[in-house]
Amino acid sequence: MIIELGHYALVLALATAIIQAALPVLGVRRGDRSLMDLASSAAIVSFLLVFFSFAVLTFAYVTSDFSVRNVWENSHSLKPLIYKISGVWGNHEGSMLLWLLILVFFSMLVASFGRNLPDTLKANVLAVQAWISTAFTLFILLTSNPFARLVPAPGEGRDLNPVLQDIGLAIHPPLLYLGYVGFSVCFSFAIAALIEGRIDAAWARWVRPWTLAAWTALTAGIAMGSYWAYYELGWGGWWFWDPVENASFMPWLAGTALLHSALVMEKREALKIWTVLLAILTFSLSLLGTFLVRSGVLTSVHAFATDPTRGVFILAILVLFIGGAFALFALRASHLKAGGLFAPISREGALVLNNLILTTATATVLTGTLYPLVLEALTGDKISVGAPFFNITFGLLMLPLLFAAPFGPLLAWKRGDLAGAGQRLFAATAAGLLVAAVLYYAKNGGPILAPLGIGLGAYLILGAVTDLMLRSGIGKVAGRVAARRLAGLPRSAFGTALAHIGLGVTLIGIVAVTAYETETVVEMKPGMLAEAGGGYTLRFDGMREGRGPNYTADSGHFTVSQGGVKVTEIWSSKRLYSARRMPTTEAGIRTFGLSQLYVSLGDEMGGGGIVVRIWWKPLILCIWGGALVMMTGGIVSLSDRRLRVGTPSRARKAPPLAVGAAE
Amino acid sequence: MTRKQKRLAIIGAGVGFLTAAVLLVMFAFSQAVAYFYVPGDLAKADLAPGTRIRLGGLVEMGSVKRGEGKTVTFSVTDTLASVPVTYVGILPDLFREGQGVVAEGAFVAGSPVFVADTVLAKHDETYMPKDVADRLQAQGVTLGGKENIK
Repeated sequence: MIIELGHYALVLALATAIIQAALPVLGVRRGDRSLMDLASSAAIVSFLLVFFSFAVLTFAYVTSDFSVRNVWENSHSLKPLIYKISGVWGNHEGSMLLWLLILVFFSMLVASFGRNLPDTLKANVLAVQAWISTAFTLFILLTSNPFARLVPAPGEGRDLNPVLQDIGLAIHPPLLYLGYVGFSVCFSFAIAALIEGRIDAAWARWVRPWTLAAWTALTAGIAMGSYWAYYELGWGGWWFWDPVENASFMPWLAGTALLHSALVMEKREALKIWTVLLAILTFSLSLLGTFLVRSGVLTSVHAFATDPTRGVFILAILVLFIGGAFALFALRASHLKAGGLFAPISREGALVLNNLILTTATATVLTGTLYPLVLEALTGDKISVGAPFFNITFGLLMLPLLFAAPFGPLLAWKRGDLAGAGQRLFAATAAGLLVAAVLYYAKNGGPILAPLGIGLGAYLILGAVTDLMLRSGIGKVAGRVAARRLAGLPRSAFGTALAHIGLGVTLIGIVAVTAYETETVVEMKPGMLAEAGGGYTLRFDGMREGRGPNYTADSGHFTVSQGGVKVTEIWSSKRLYSARRMPTTEAGIRTFGLSQLYVSLGDEMGGGGIVVRIWWKPLILCIWGGALVMMTGGIVSLSDRRLRVGTPSRARKAPPLAVGAAE
Repeated sequence: MTRKQKRLAIIGAGVGFLTAAVLLVMFAFSQAVAYFYVPGDLAKADLAPGTRIRLGGLVEMGSVKRGEGKTVTFSVTDTLASVPVTYVGILPDLFREGQGVVAEGAFVAGSPVFVADTVLAKHDETYMPKDVADRLQAQGVTLGGKENIK
């Protein structure tokens, strides 16, 4: 009964969404306030309905109600509670419901926190949000109903795919969707601006917090997914340039560009048309990602062709929204007045460079992701475009951006002084080169690119610190004055610095792991020793059998020692999940500072021997640590008074001159 | 600088980056892309030694031999032809005789042995890499087990 109520709530949500999609727009045309206000109430009701529906599905999972087909396919009564809950979105139907829940959640936020928005803009934004939610509610109801029943109800479920039974994957999709779907708000704002034919700095001020929030969540989601793949798949890799990963990475890249261009628009009223285009593009890439992951087109073009209902439906949504948005853009963009002028060497110029590089890089990732699909559809040839392709194209294109990033904040708006900025960055540059030289010497030569890459990371970090020091006058004025000035800097200045520092930290991690990791594959018998890298030695002590709630495990015990002294021990296991008879690897991982020792088990060889794969991963935690710093930057920036959601101040006609950015 | 010159500078930079990207993409496609083959295709493929490819098929029954600790040899077959493969490292959890597999690597000059550096056998136990299933079906090999792809 409760299941049917959940289904029914979803149908009601569809009806509410249709009302929210149509009436407010009519209200704007007629100047009818009551119709416009309807948008907010509808958004809140819509959220409550979808929330109820989602809660019902969760209830079915928690109580292991196998009369629901979706629960039977993806759950098991012995599964720990947390994975029963995360199982809700560990499958197609449930994850689409989560997608929808987050979409209406954002609409609800706009409705309840957007009190200062002009009535017409708010009504239009919420209407556009409702167009999207109408499309996706229809998709769920018509092709992916999670509430379908099974008669008779089976006694036991088929269990969730074991690799998904992990805390990392329990929180990864919600974070990812918060990011993905959060960009829908930017999209709706862009469409609303095009409909109204009017856009100004205030618009950018309203859009920026949403972009920041979505970007922060997406950063967290991607980092979490990468860490999950690293420790759960047992291959020791942290990024595979897999199409599924690219699907989330492309909106991130475009969103990063949007974050920077909205800055120009907010401060200088320039790049209006471009910002609107980027907002549309970013959410289009989110939709494309949803299509790629959810239609089955990635597994094979053929799989897509044999069961096309879902794929074609999402493709239709994709074409409708992206095509519609670009058509509207083509019609209306010329109505948006061009804004302030600036010299190519200026803060604006630097941000334009950032945008050029990020969008070009996004385009190459898009090419690499879609090319195999297009080629197979056209010629039947199958190719795999993997890491080497992306390292050449994406890697080389991003390089100038890394060099340029510290310059941006040091250049003045309108007209900047490149030589001056270069002088101010002298210390950071020198320190970066020093790091590279010391490292090159310490490693006794070796590849020259790796020390340079780490030096570049150090330069990025110190460049961001330089900006904060210059703004507060550290080293120029008395310490107390400098401290007061530093505390008085806008939060967004710290946000920028933290984000750039995070980029540097991640870069250092990537370069260090790529260049200096060691991998040892060795057959070990109990009592045998193996060099593990990083100066550590590993002793294999033997295997032990164990049992979890829904799996059995063979675990190997290892003792880690350094210079003959025992440091710690590692358990590394292979699990066999009973319901699906599926093995998984639970790698043994020990952290030493920012580096890790990673041990995964291979086949047993007889005579107690077993193949063991040992990696020494130097500074690997920097990769995700940097992402964490970037996220902190996003959150700090979000807490800036100026941007606080719901309290945007009216646009000032003449923005104050850049305060202390560069004297 | 006039407005026009400023705009030209930006457009110029944009075109410059796009050109660089297109050249890079074209270069990378010629260098870093692996084509997919099943053993039966190889005779007519005429590959230069060292060309990276993905070789897909079934792991031939009784062909898996473990050598010195970590070296494994096995044969990949599409029932028409069979190719010996060597691989150093740990095989994926789901690698089994009679199951689908994709090996990535290259042939060494003057040897019929395919040297793989990556072996994939992903997902659950009824899963067959889709590329493999498509090709095998096209060659009339019937597959046991139903496909389980979301």
